[in-house]
Amino acid sequence: MSNPAVLSSTIAGADAVRGELSGPRGPKPRSVLSRRNIFLYGTLFLVAVYYLLPLYVMVVTSLKGMPEIRLGNIFSPPVEITFEPWVKAWSTACTGLNCDGLSRGFWNSVRITVPSVILSIALASVNGYALANWRFKGADIFFTILIVGAFIPYQVMLYPIVIILREIGLYGSLWGLVLVHSIFGMPILTLLFRNYFASLPDELFRAARVDGAGFWGIYLRIMVPMSMPIFVVALIIQITGIWNDFLFGVVYTRPDTYPMTVQLNNIVNSVQGVKEYNVNMAATLITGLVPLIIYFVSGKLFVRGIAAGAVKG
Amino acid sequence: MNVANASVSVQDLSLSFGSVTVLKSLNLDVAEGEFVVLLGPSGCGKSTLLNCIAGLLDISDGRIFIKGKNVTWEEPADRGIGMVFQSYALYPQMTVEKNLSFGLRVAGTPKDEIDKRIARAAEILQIGPLLQRKPAALSGGQRQRVAIGRALVRDVDVFLFDEPLSNLDAKLRSELRVEIKRLHQKLANTMIYVTHDQIEAMTLADRIAVMRGGVIQQFDAPQVIYNRPVNRFVAGFLGSPGMNFLDGRLENDGGWHFVAGELKVPLASYDFEREPSPGASVFGIRPEHVGLNSGSGWPFTAQASVDVVEPMGSDTLVWLKLADQNFTVRVTSERAPQSGESVEIGFDPMRASLFDEQGNRL
Repeated sequence: MSNPAVLSSTIAGADAVRGELSGPRGPKPRSVLSRRNIFLYGTLFLVAVYYLLPLYVMVVTSLKGMPEIRLGNIFSPPVEITFEPWVKAWSTACTGLNCDGLSRGFWNSVRITVPSVILSIALASVNGYALANWRFKGADIFFTILIVGAFIPYQVMLYPIVIILREIGLYGSLWGLVLVHSIFGMPILTLLFRNYFASLPDELFRAARVDGAGFWGIYLRIMVPMSMPIFVVALIIQITGIWNDFLFGVVYTRPDTYPMTVQLNNIVNSVQGVKEYNVNMAATLITGLVPLIIYFVSGKLFVRGIAAGAVKG
Repeated sequence: MNVANASVSVQDLSLSFGSVTVLKSLNLDVAEGEFVVLLGPSGCGKSTLLNCIAGLLDISDGRIFIKGKNVTWEEPADRGIGMVFQSYALYPQMTVEKNLSFGLRVAGTPKDEIDKRIARAAEILQIGPLLQRKPAALSGGQRQRVAIGRALVRDVDVFLFDEPLSNLDAKLRSELRVEIKRLHQKLANTMIYVTHDQIEAMTLADRIAVMRGGVIQQFDAPQVIYNRPVNRFVAGFLGSPGMNFLDGRLENDGGWHFVAGELKVPLASYDFEREPSPGASVFGIRPEHVGLNSGSGWPFTAQASVDVVEPMGSDTLVWLKLADQNFTVRVTSERAPQSGESVEIGFDPMRASLFDEQGNRL
């Protein structure tokens, strides 16, 4: 209105004035069934079904008895719900020589995962902290070598590690596998921690040094309490990664110490006798339960941690 | 001043990162209880110098003394310094009280001594009611107070400030500026303060060190730096609006004159720093040292045409064309001319600054 030319031209055109007074105002109304919404939600729905259908089939099948499965209607819900397959998968299914189900493998996996996760995160976080905050001579080269390690295919290193483990007397034991997991978690976790610590304001680190805190003092009292989101991310990556590992488990352990994934494979792929689909499904679900629970419990924290690592906040 | 009675003494300090030299054999002596401001544009090395004094950067050469003690190889915590950072650098997961006491706890100070010192700092900085809050629940000004408190509780000899007010808005900045000055009067500690804000430098400093390219250009009292800048960089960096610079020549016909176009300024009253010689030179004078249509009484007057008028509230900045060069005059608002008008300007060459071709003061 401050421009006189605009003012006079609107006065000249009476229609324009009327249009200006009665025209649209406020938020533009949006149709719920607009093309955009149908496309958007339709796509989301289809994708969701696509991903959830196999899970549905697994859950349904695991709750059926074998006679019902033989009818072949894999999508139909169970007529008679039975937990027999779950019990069998957990405690009596045969894998190789042992017939005590997945329970043995479950506890093996717990005994492998817990120390591996703690060890790898503890090492990698200190590693990342040192690389980000205590720039030492050759830090860049050290870091580059570590990162290159992340790109070397595991298969290349399988046999050398067998020899190393044999030489130090850890081959076939759970601790050997823990050591392998901790080493292989190092490149990606160090990268994760280094980038997170580097994103924290450098002035905090300097303030702590002026306050007299040393390497461990700053790490434990300043850095770690500030870095919970990235620890959660590392925790999730490691728990799921180590729990789901099959290759290292099958190569570096013995039947007594097989992790759950290897046992699952032995149950599902056994070629003798009847294929008990319901037991297989139940065993698979039990094995997948741990990472699944981790995701459900910490999903929000995970996203927050990823975001916190990406943008300085 | 020698090392023994200087509070902070920097000798031949050099710092280079690879092939980049940030500080070149720099010397700086700060007296006991003095407030020194390191002033310069970004990238001039002023923060780097402060970090070297704090011990947060390893130096390439030279020595640093604090309270007469050679601290060149000492850890930051052992140098008797407290530091206040631009981003406050408060530990986010700790309450204000824990923030204040962190350094003391690290040093293993007894609990009752910690409490005593926190109480004193809280009293001085008036942050008593905030002690149990986390930094996130504080305003910018409060955070900066806590940051100062963290240096205060450690009972240090020297306070180092690294652009402490840059993150605050204009109003808060001027409030805290006065508070820092009050704090200095009360504590009488040595303070070294880094800023790129010339108003902070002028108002706070006992002495200002103007830096450029890792070299201290001039280190003197604010008024001396303002009135007798040693070179054109210092002259241009201080003052807002900046000093007027006229390009011209220095000539001697029975007395020294500065000549630019038809302009001929007699320099009889000018206090030459050294023996001048004829040749190209720059004549500088501050906008507030020039009178506009203020009648006779000026040793030198000239005619100029008004180009642009900028009212700034308390006073008005008048842009003129003088000898075909830009020239600004600061006048009170009621004396402001219209643009296009022809006006008479007058000034005293005594208040001017003459620079040679290299920009050094004549």
